[in-house]
Amino acid sequence: MWRWLHPYAKPETVYHLLGRWLPWVAGTATLMLAAGMVWGLAFAPADYQQGDSYRIIFVHVPTAMLSMSLYVGLALSALIGRVWQLKMADWALSAIAPVGLTFTFISLVTGAIWGKPMWGTWWEWDARLTSQLILLFLYIGVLALYHAFSDNRSGAKAAGILAMVGVINIPIIRYSVEWWNTLHQGSTLTVFERPPMANSMLVPLLVSILGFSLLAASLIFQRMRNEILRQELRRPWVKQELAELATQQPAMKEQS
Amino acid sequence: MAMNPRRKKRLTWALGLIAGVAVAFSIILYALSQNIDLFYTPSEVVEGKGNDLVKPQVGQRLRIGGMVVEGSVKRDPDTLEVEFMVTDIGPEVKVLYTGILPDLFREGQGIVAQGVMVEPRVLKATEVLAKHDEEYMPPELAEQMKGIKHVNPNQPDAFEGSQ
Repeated sequence: MWRWLHPYAKPETVYHLLGRWLPWVAGTATLMLAAGMVWGLAFAPADYQQGDSYRIIFVHVPTAMLSMSLYVGLALSALIGRVWQLKMADWALSAIAPVGLTFTFISLVTGAIWGKPMWGTWWEWDARLTSQLILLFLYIGVLALYHAFSDNRSGAKAAGILAMVGVINIPIIRYSVEWWNTLHQGSTLTVFERPPMANSMLVPLLVSILGFSLLAASLIFQRMRNEILRQELRRPWVKQELAELATQQPAMKEQS
Repeated sequence: MAMNPRRKKRLTWALGLIAGVAVAFSIILYALSQNIDLFYTPSEVVEGKGNDLVKPQVGQRLRIGGMVVEGSVKRDPDTLEVEFMVTDIGPEVKVLYTGILPDLFREGQGIVAQGVMVEPRVLKATEVLAKHDEEYMPPELAEQMKGIKHVNPNQPDAFEGSQ
């Protein structure tokens, strides 16, 4: 396995591989997001209880799910970075964290906007809402630690330890609505059971989830490429790459 | 596949750290579990909560969460005063409230009321929040499956039936 994986541990290879995938991932993300948003916001039927207000689910649920799965990715790259001491795992940490932070923030804001008309309050200190707020602070902490050291490796080490320990919050968020009495309702989407949601709403929701996942992937790919270039700035292959880009760009200008 | 001993040591250390913090947090959350609950259920108000069956005192500030009992909502025609019963599996607790109820409030709906116990089974609420469940379906399907008539929460006369 290691022999097969070995070439992919080279920053140059990863840079080019992500560059080849990026247009496909970003293109599909745009299509899926457009389809999911238009379908969900304009064509899916209104809910029997909540009317049109429930439509924010097409943004709230995908961003909330991704805020958690991206954190698991963050913790995994931290573990790989600490145990196998792969510098690219540390770079992945810094590529994922701001994307996860943004998704967590969007999930909290859309949740508040949904809560006001339906529950009657913007915010309540129930277990689900509070643990999701803690997730936001964990992301902020990981990012702050990563950039708090002038030496990149020390920053990655400190941020990695917080990222690994913080993963405990993920099952707490997931099961908060089952373990405690909360204002937030239980999960609609579970792995093993058929969701209690009409197909006419479920399909656009799944399309939105796919769209937001691909959006997160393309943002992370681009951030990872930037981080590789920044870290490897003094390497010959980067100099060559930048020289090629510089010759390409005037040519493109002339064409247009 | 043999693992480099230094990596093995670091892996043990990292997993040990996560496991240790996980155990510490489980103990803390277990100890605090009654405080993390957002509300008392009506049964807990009447019969007591937890292993020690702690009952809330009159004058205590708390939240109660349960279903609005069908046919129990009484409104004062001149003011915003309203009273209703909430229940979960058995006992009922009365809630008194003055103010505008959330759009989703109706009989049979889950609610969370915050306020002060004025009698052992009466809560004077300062805030009433509506809960909703994790089911989503169009109105026609709800009517077919559950016999629920569609009420548009945006129409002011949507709750005539409950008055």
